[in-house]
Amino acid sequence: MIRLFANANYDFIGVRKWAYAITAAIVIPGMILLAFTGLNYSIEFTGGALVQIRATGATPPSAAELRSALAAGGFEDAEILSFGSDREFVIRARLSAEATGTEDEAQRTAQAVTRTLQGRLGENAVVVDRIESVGPRVGGELRQKALGAVLLSFVATLVYLAFRFEFRFGLACVLATAHDILTTLAFIKYMNLEVSLIVVGAILTVVGYSLNDTIVIFDRTRENLHKYKREDLADIVNRSVNETLPRTVLTNSTSLAALLALLFLAGNVLRPFAWVMAFGVFTGTFSSVYIAAPVLMAIEKRWPGKDARGVRARVQPAVHRAAVEPPPAEA
Amino acid sequence: MVDSLKARLIIIGLLVLGSIWSLWPRQVTIRVRGAEGRMTDTTVQRVPIKLGLDLRGGMHLGLEIDRAKVTAGTPSDALDRALRVIRTRIDEFGVAEPLVQKVGLDRIVVELPGVSDPGRAKQIALRTAFLQFQMTDKQGLFRNALPGIDRALTAAGVTERSVGAAVGDTSAPRAAGPSSAVEDILGAAAGPQARAGADTAQAQADTLGNQLGQGPLSPLLFAGQLPGEYLVREEKVAIVDRMLARPEAQRLLPRGFVLRWGAEAMSRGAVAYRGFYILEERPIMTGEFLVNAQARLDPLYNQATVDFELTRRGGRVFERETGQHVGDHMAIVLDNVVQSQPPVIRSQIASRGQIELGSASLQEAQDLALVLKAGALPAPLQVVEERTVGPSMGADSIQKGILAGIVGITLVVLLVIVYYRFSGVLAVLALTLYVLFTFAGLAALGATLTLPGIAGFALSITIAVDANVLIFERIREELAAGKSLRLAVDAGFKMAMNAIVDSNVSMVLTAAFLFWFGTGPVKGFAVTLILGVLASMITAIFVVRTLFMVYLQRRPGLQTLSI
Repeated sequence: MIRLFANANYDFIGVRKWAYAITAAIVIPGMILLAFTGLNYSIEFTGGALVQIRATGATPPSAAELRSALAAGGFEDAEILSFGSDREFVIRARLSAEATGTEDEAQRTAQAVTRTLQGRLGENAVVVDRIESVGPRVGGELRQKALGAVLLSFVATLVYLAFRFEFRFGLACVLATAHDILTTLAFIKYMNLEVSLIVVGAILTVVGYSLNDTIVIFDRTRENLHKYKREDLADIVNRSVNETLPRTVLTNSTSLAALLALLFLAGNVLRPFAWVMAFGVFTGTFSSVYIAAPVLMAIEKRWPGKDARGVRARVQPAVHRAAVEPPPAEA
Repeated sequence: MVDSLKARLIIIGLLVLGSIWSLWPRQVTIRVRGAEGRMTDTTVQRVPIKLGLDLRGGMHLGLEIDRAKVTAGTPSDALDRALRVIRTRIDEFGVAEPLVQKVGLDRIVVELPGVSDPGRAKQIALRTAFLQFQMTDKQGLFRNALPGIDRALTAAGVTERSVGAAVGDTSAPRAAGPSSAVEDILGAAAGPQARAGADTAQAQADTLGNQLGQGPLSPLLFAGQLPGEYLVREEKVAIVDRMLARPEAQRLLPRGFVLRWGAEAMSRGAVAYRGFYILEERPIMTGEFLVNAQARLDPLYNQATVDFELTRRGGRVFERETGQHVGDHMAIVLDNVVQSQPPVIRSQIASRGQIELGSASLQEAQDLALVLKAGALPAPLQVVEERTVGPSMGADSIQKGILAGIVGITLVVLLVIVYYRFSGVLAVLALTLYVLFTFAGLAALGATLTLPGIAGFALSITIAVDANVLIFERIREELAAGKSLRLAVDAGFKMAMNAIVDSNVSMVLTAAFLFWFGTGPVKGFAVTLILGVLASMITAIFVVRTLFMVYLQRRPGLQTLSI
């Protein structure tokens, strides 16, 4: 029988300062970068046009050839990205916010880009695989809706957790989740991933995953609070993290396995999504241990609960559970 | 919780039967274009799971009604009318399983899966198709007003050159669409050849005769062959259009008349001219009274035409009006553009007529007949959002998505079996039911499977597995704590329940918000995620528990468990 981390007894809470340092090293430069350069939003959010083409001729055009063809058609600002192979390209033209164009400007731009390319390279030399165009107002609405959805899902989860747990648990969960969103944003910035609707979907799913992890640990914490009435909170949290460690490792391995398959096999459209999710699985696990648990302890210290054990909270090696319990029966 | 094993097995059996029933291939009605070009309903037998546009290819359009241009009724009536018109047109166009629906207060979403010519479909959906029959200005009122207009323009400092330069400045090269034809012409007019060409235009004027006068405007116009018709050299069209649009000119135009350009250029010798027409503002007939329209190719001139038929009431009105205008010229105006040269009315016209389309192809004529028959849109529509995925890309996506899904699931299954051995096998057995339930849910809800949806499916499998991991780990702990096998299994399921429910509820909550704000593919992700989480609750808790119960009941003496 394989048992990973059975009777683990790592001092997770003891090394939390190191964990903070790592998190700060990821988040702070990321946020500074974000403040100066912003995120690379997809046209779904900014408004604009995207045309994905596939060259069918014997010698596919280079990005430079496409660029000059587009420049000749008046699209000097269009971005040209190679998409997977040397035959596939994505051409993206964003609309500036102050563009005087009407709402169907994006639509006309997409058509004009398509016509320009087909005109310059030959009608049959390029196959248009995908066209997206989004008017700036529609993009703005979507941006607001996405932000609203993230915030509302926060509130809803907090309410649910406050109802199921105590408020202090819910607050710790939400702070851990906020941490995950920040590190994920930093990751997106470092990787220069395009923030599309599906990436926002990935961020929300990361939130779900992270909550999932935190809840499992807190559920165990809640149980242990009743079981070990004389231990202080730091020990109980540490014990709970250790007890749930096998599950944490196994579940996250299965998630990563599924995500790696998506990352490498599902094609370019889903790749940013798979990257964000894969990172999110890591950060979600990390924050459950190093953000949610210490925050819970801090809240407990400041506003002691009914049992008021947190007042004594300090770091002390956890009692080894295996020492007081019989060794596991082998199957 | 249901405790009797029999009852549990019956419930599982019913769920499986229900799922199989909802996934069973069934008759689906679709409209297809038959061999003779008419639309017919046919039924096909297939599994009732809808594939998103990103997987099967197709076009998604977000259309918005131009509220400012709604003339009759409230904007919301206009939207309902536009919805009906587009639905009729799309039905006639012949897309299998289209979706046309209202979104919010002023938007219509059109989804056309598997459409092979997106550009043409778009034109059919968007064309206003407002048909009017208007009489030309037979008294020459515009001609009389011309000297005044020229003086007013001169007084305002307008010259051909200044307008040409101004138009050239604003002709953004990226603008295309309705105004593009004009701007393309402009691009040429602003260039040096155009200025050089101005002299040849003057020279050419003699061949046409009829120099209309002095000033900025008149030298650009030539009288046409029929009353109310004027000709403009093709490259000067934008300049003339711009001059006539100026307030000084607008004020002096004859009251009750409108200016409309012709649809196509006409050649006089080597030079191309565009006609423009002074028409009575009040139409004698509109497309509202049209009941039927049919395209055909005129064999005599090899020209595409659309024959139309009016309602009885429309026919009476048309008969009376044309009777009063015998000998006059009647322009057929479609979306404010004059189709062909206005013909002379020789006698009363009753309920039948035809529209000549010049150099248009038969297919264009067919499309026009289609939109005329379906009726005009109450106001122009704008495309505010478009997503078109080519069929080959859709096929590629579905292939890659399925491959990634299968590999991902296989990896998960291997991990679980290697780690939990026999219990892992039970969990994987339950997973097959989980796959069945999730797809059955998709079919039953009529939800759409998208590429992100496949990702959501692969992810929700890990959530299903997580529930089993929580339970199995708990059983191991209870066994380690010295509990007997049966008690440990009971405790494992009972104690893990809280964590499973809480984490799944929070997952469903976040997915629900994603569903609420997302569009198309992302909605598909949220739906599969929610369905997957719900199905995983059933299989991981209920089904696996039942499997354990069956296993333990069969081996009463069992003391250890492969977990």
